[in-house]
Amino acid sequence: MTCFLEIDNLSAIIRGSNDRLLRSVSLQVNIGEVHGLVGESGAGKSMIGKAVLGILPAAVEIVEGQVRLDGQDLFALNPNDRRRLIGTKAALIPQDPLTALNPSRRIGAQITDRLVDILGWTKHDAANRAAELLVEVHISDPERVLASYPHELSGGMRQRVLIASAFAANPQLVIADEPTTALDVTVQKQILRLIRELQLRHGTAMLFVTHDLGVVSKICQRLSVLFAGKIVEQADVAQFYSNPGHEYSKALMVATPKYTEPLTSLMPVDESVISAVTEEIEAADREWRGA
Amino acid sequence: MRDARGTVRRKAGLKLWLSGGWLALIALLTLAAGWVSPHDPLAQDLFAGRLPPFWVDGAEPGYLLGTDSLGRDVLSRIIYGGRVALGVALIAGVSTAIVGSVLGLIAGYYRGWADAVISRLVDIWMAFPPVLFAILLIAVLGTGLWSIIIAIIVIDWTRFCRVVRAETMNQSQMDYVSSAVVAGHVRTAILWREIGPNVLPTIVALLTLEMGIAVIVEAILSFVNLSISTDAPTWGGMIAEGRISIHQAWWVLVCPLIVLFLTVLAFSQFGEGLKDRFDPVLR
Repeated sequence: MTCFLEIDNLSAIIRGSNDRLLRSVSLQVNIGEVHGLVGESGAGKSMIGKAVLGILPAAVEIVEGQVRLDGQDLFALNPNDRRRLIGTKAALIPQDPLTALNPSRRIGAQITDRLVDILGWTKHDAANRAAELLVEVHISDPERVLASYPHELSGGMRQRVLIASAFAANPQLVIADEPTTALDVTVQKQILRLIRELQLRHGTAMLFVTHDLGVVSKICQRLSVLFAGKIVEQADVAQFYSNPGHEYSKALMVATPKYTEPLTSLMPVDESVISAVTEEIEAADREWRGA
Repeated sequence: MRDARGTVRRKAGLKLWLSGGWLALIALLTLAAGWVSPHDPLAQDLFAGRLPPFWVDGAEPGYLLGTDSLGRDVLSRIIYGGRVALGVALIAGVSTAIVGSVLGLIAGYYRGWADAVISRLVDIWMAFPPVLFAILLIAVLGTGLWSIIIAIIVIDWTRFCRVVRAETMNQSQMDYVSSAVVAGHVRTAILWREIGPNVLPTIVALLTLEMGIAVIVEAILSFVNLSISTDAPTWGGMIAEGRISIHQAWWVLVCPLIVLFLTVLAFSQFGEGLKDRFDPVLR
């Protein structure tokens, strides 16, 4: 298996502080593989995806580490080459379909922009491709949707458009940043199935960010469990569910509610586990500061 | 929800129609001034001095809004004065909007040193008292319409710059901008194509407000005789002249004042109406 995305020892801080948001994160995503990135909110899951795609907030600074996309070190490239590399090879399925589409532009233009500007397609080809893609994401009347503004579409519809848009340029890596979180449960399942379908058809490497272990079990082959910006466990999904290695992972598994017994199964992660992980992280931080 | 939204839209529609209608009327009258104005605005007729408007006893049928102390027709002078007012509003308003918005977009999107320079400049600029600044500028540039227009641009670009910068920063945080970055677009393309259209409603609303302000500034400067030559009709000049004969002929002051007031009001309401109508989120 060839590795398409390789994150090596990546650390990030808030500009001007000494506290790390990402703590020496390393992970690989192979071609055709879906890698789940799980953790509580605030653990830095989305931050990793944003670091790869170069859309970190201005206040966050990467202090060490490498990101290699298709063998090329992203941080060693000049900004223009990096922009082109990401534009042609990677794509993002964002979390919130409400804000991820430009409210004052038509859907069609938003999908075709990248094809025309970055890949150099003709407008005509790009428009045809956009219509095809909408059919691929099971939108029955692509022409109408392409001519619509985002506010004319429902949330589920917009997420479909965003998925189509992500796969438009045949990217080899797609980063899905909690793509189902903003949707209601019935739509979530369809969207998840759709992402899986497209990922299989295109053989894309995918980094799937979520807080939902249930989702991971359905879509991912490997996963990383993140706590406070540090990967505490990395494993194959099958192995992870039968035998999670880290105490925190076990606690997370227990905390996942079961639909059959929603009230009794809803358990917070145990305090002792949290303090154990926190200690582990503080030790790592001391070592990092010393180095 | 639907009802509430419906109400908002109907109100916006009425506001838009009333203010737009008034502005269109003034614009048409001034464009066709040569045909529609009943008299030559400069022609004096000392035997027909201080004739009252048509609803007051003693009015002459040819002079709808009466005459001033030199016997010049008030209506004709208002129509010709509208040329100056609207001309200044249009040219000064649009130029100010372009200068201020471009600087605001650049400062808000690129941040860094460009923002530092532009923002400091705005701060310093806004510390000058605007009316004194205007009079000073006119003193340097000489009186005349172009001086007024240049003075308005030089003084008021900060108004656009500040607001557009803030709105641009706001829009830059949006996910759709991140998506465009990931898609590999260059920054200038993102600024003009993605952010620009979303800042436009704000610019349009400010522009109409600015046009109203330009009308007032022109009136003030012609009131203090810093506009075009004294006998040429301007609303501000008419008000200044009417002030002298207020006890004998109030209409010379009141008529241009009402037109001025309604025009400025119409500009601001028109902007509000447009914003309500074309704001993609409200729509």
